[in-house]
Amino acid sequence: MSILVNKNTRLLVQNITGKEGIFHTKQMVDYGTNVVSGVTPGKGGEWVLDGKIPVFDSVKVAVEATGANTSVVFVPARFAADALFEAADAGIPLIICITEGIPVQDMMRVRNYLDQKGVRLVGPNCPGILTPGEAKVGIIPGDISIPGNVGIVSRSGTLTYEVLYALMMANMGVSTCLGIGGDPINGTNFLDALEMFEADPHTDMVVLIGEIGGTDEEKAAEFIADRMTKSVVGFIAGRTAPPGKRMGHAGAIVEGGSGLAVDKIKALQTAGVKVANHPEEIPLLFKS
Amino acid sequence: MKLHEYQSKQIFAKHGIPIPKGRIASTAEEAKHIAEELGKRVVIKSQVLVGGRGKAGGIRLAKSPDESEDIAAEILSMEIKGLPVRKVLVDEAASIDKEIYLGITNDRAARKPVMMASAAGGVEIEEVARQTPEKIIKVHIDPLLGLRDYQARDIAGCIDLPRELWRHFGQIANGLWLAYTGCDATLAEINPLVITSENKLLALDGKMVLDDNALFRHSDLADMRDLDIEAQSEIEARKYGLSFIKLDGNIGCMVNGAGLAMTTMDIIKLYGGEPANFLDIGGGASAEKVAAAFRIILSDPNVKAILLNVFGGITRGDEVARGILSAMNDVKTQIPMVVRLVGTNAEEGRQILAGASMITAETLVEAAKKSVALAKGEAVQ
Ligand SMILES: Nc1ncnc2c1ncn2[C@@H]1O[C@H](COP(=O)(O)OP(=O)(O)O)[C@@H](O)[C@H]1O
Ligand SMILES: [Mg+2]
Repeated sequence: MSILVNKNTRLLVQNITGKEGIFHTKQMVDYGTNVVSGVTPGKGGEWVLDGKIPVFDSVKVAVEATGANTSVVFVPARFAADALFEAADAGIPLIICITEGIPVQDMMRVRNYLDQKGVRLVGPNCPGILTPGEAKVGIIPGDISIPGNVGIVSRSGTLTYEVLYALMMANMGVSTCLGIGGDPINGTNFLDALEMFEADPHTDMVVLIGEIGGTDEEKAAEFIADRMTKSVVGFIAGRTAPPGKRMGHAGAIVEGGSGLAVDKIKALQTAGVKVANHPEEIPLLFKS
Repeated sequence: MKLHEYQSKQIFAKHGIPIPKGRIASTAEEAKHIAEELGKRVVIKSQVLVGGRGKAGGIRLAKSPDESEDIAAEILSMEIKGLPVRKVLVDEAASIDKEIYLGITNDRAARKPVMMASAAGGVEIEEVARQTPEKIIKVHIDPLLGLRDYQARDIAGCIDLPRELWRHFGQIANGLWLAYTGCDATLAEINPLVITSENKLLALDGKMVLDDNALFRHSDLADMRDLDIEAQSEIEARKYGLSFIKLDGNIGCMVNGAGLAMTTMDIIKLYGGEPANFLDIGGGASAEKVAAAFRIILSDPNVKAILLNVFGGITRGDEVARGILSAMNDVKTQIPMVVRLVGTNAEEGRQILAGASMITAETLVEAAKKSVALAKGEAVQ
C-alpha cells in the first residue's frame, strides 16, 4: 500500500550517532521500521539502541554486512554531499536526505552524479517518507496519520504534518506521505511522485502541497492534465510572500517574476485540480 | 548574500578577467585623489546593492579631478532605490565600441549552471530579456565537468564576437566559471563586458550573489556582507538562527516551519488582516528561541497582535507551551496574542496556556479570525 518505502525496506542511517540521527533512529525503530545498520566514520564496531543496531565506518561495509537497500542521511550540511556520493557509490538505490542547508552547487553535482548512476534521491531539506503502518524514514511524526488511500507529496515539513493531521481528523488514511524538500535543487520532484502515485494500486487520490519558487508545480499540472486519472487536491503556500525574498526554504523565492503562488494555483486549477484556500479545507475538497 | 561591484570585480581580476584601473572611495576628497592618480577621465560609480545604478544617475563620467570631487560628493549624498550610497568606485573611463552581457547562474529547472551571453549588453539587458529573450544565448554547463573550451567558443560565435577576440573571450568565460564555482556563487555576471576602441575586452561592471549556505567555507567573503540592505530585525534574527522577514502589516507571526509560516501569513490575509512578518522558529521551539522571536516581533511598533502557530510533532505540545510561558515571563508585553497548538499533546499544551489566561485557538481558521479581530482592537474570547 505504498510508494518507495514499506515493510521490505532495510534502512541504513548515515550519521546514526549524531544527536538527530540517534533520536530519530529510535523513533523510526519504535514505529516498526526495519533499521538494519548505521554509519558514522570513526565509530565502526559500536552498537546503538541497547546493542540492537550495528554501526559501521563506511556505507560500503554496512551494505555488505547488513543488506541495507535504503539510506536516510542526517549528516551535517558541510559533509552531506560527500555522504550522498558515498551512499550512491556503495550501490544504495534510494537515498533520503533530511539535512537542511547544503550548498546549492554541491547539490547540482550530487544530483547530476546520482542521475548518471540511476540512484533515486528524496530531499534534501525534507522530512522524509512515511508509509503509515509500515515504515517511517525520516522525521515525520508517526502518530498523526493512519493507513489509507491518500498519497501526499509536499515541499514542506510542518505544513505537511498539518495536512496529515487534518486528514486523520477527517478519518482519512494515507498510503504514503512523501516530503520532497524545500531546496531549489532536489532529487525526486512533484512529477516523479505523481507518476509513482498514479501507478500505485493502493493510492486513490493525491494531495500536492507546493509553495512559491521554481516551476515544478506548473510541470506537475501538465502531467495531471495529460496523464493523471486519480483526483488531486492542491495547496500552495506563499500567496503573500514578497518577491526577491527567500521565505525560510532556500527554494522558496520569487525571482524575476517567476515562481509566484498565483501562477501555480492557476496552472493547477486549469488542470482540474481543486486548490484549497488553507490546509484544513483539504479533506473537505475530497468529499465535495 | 550580494557583493558590491568593486568586490565582485576584485574577485574577477584574481581569475584573470581584465578590469579597469580604479579604487574605492568613501569621501569626495579621496575620489579626487584617485582621479589625480589615474590621470585620465574617470567614471564615478555608486556602490549600492541594487541594479540599474546607471539609469538612476549613480554612474557618472568626470573629466577632471575637480569634477570628480564634485560628482563624488553628489553621488555620496544620494539614495538609490532607498539605499544610501556610502562608497563610490573611481574607475578609469573606457572608450566603448560595444557592450556585451556575460553571466552564470543556477538553472533550477535544468539542475545545472547556465552561462548566458548577449550581444545586446548594457543597461537595457532586462528589457532585452523581457522583449527579445532570443537575443540571450544560454548554454548549460555540466557541474561535474565544468565549462568546456568549445562551449565558450560557441558562445563567442553566437554573439558575433570578432574571431580575433575569441581566445581572450574564452579565458574570460573560464575565469567567470572559476569565480562562480570558487565562491559558491548563485550569480556571477559581467554587464557590460565591453569591446574597447582599442579592440580589447574589458569588464566594466561586476555582480556576484553568493550562496548563504556555502559561506561556512568562505569566511573571507562572509565578512564582506553589507548590512544596509537588511532590516535591523532581520540581522538580529540571524544571530538566533531564526528565519525572519519584515513585512508591512500589523499581525506578528511566529511559526515553526517555513511552509507553515507562509501558510499562516496567507490565512491572515485571507481573513482580512495583514501579516507584519515571516518568522520560522524551526524545530524544537525552546524558551530561549521563542523569547528572542518575541522580542524581534515586538520591536516593530506596527504590531497590534501576535499569532503563534506551532505544530507539535516530535516536540510535544506541552513542552512547547511551557517554552512559551517561560518566554512570556521574560518578555513582558501588553500586545494581545493568539496561540494555536496542534498535534501531539496539543490539548495538554492548550490547557497550560489557557491557565495563564492566553487566547487559544484549535484550528488555523479560528486563530486567523481571532488575531485579525484583535489587531482591529476588537474584543476576543
Ligand atoms: N569605466 C567605465 N568607463 C566607461 N563607461 C562605463 C564605465 N563603467 C560603466 N560605464 C557605463 O555605464 C553603464 C552602467 O554602468 P554599470 O557599471 O553597468 O552599472 P549598472 O549596471 O548598475 O547600471 C555601463 O553600461 C557603461 O555604458
Ligand atoms: Mg551593469
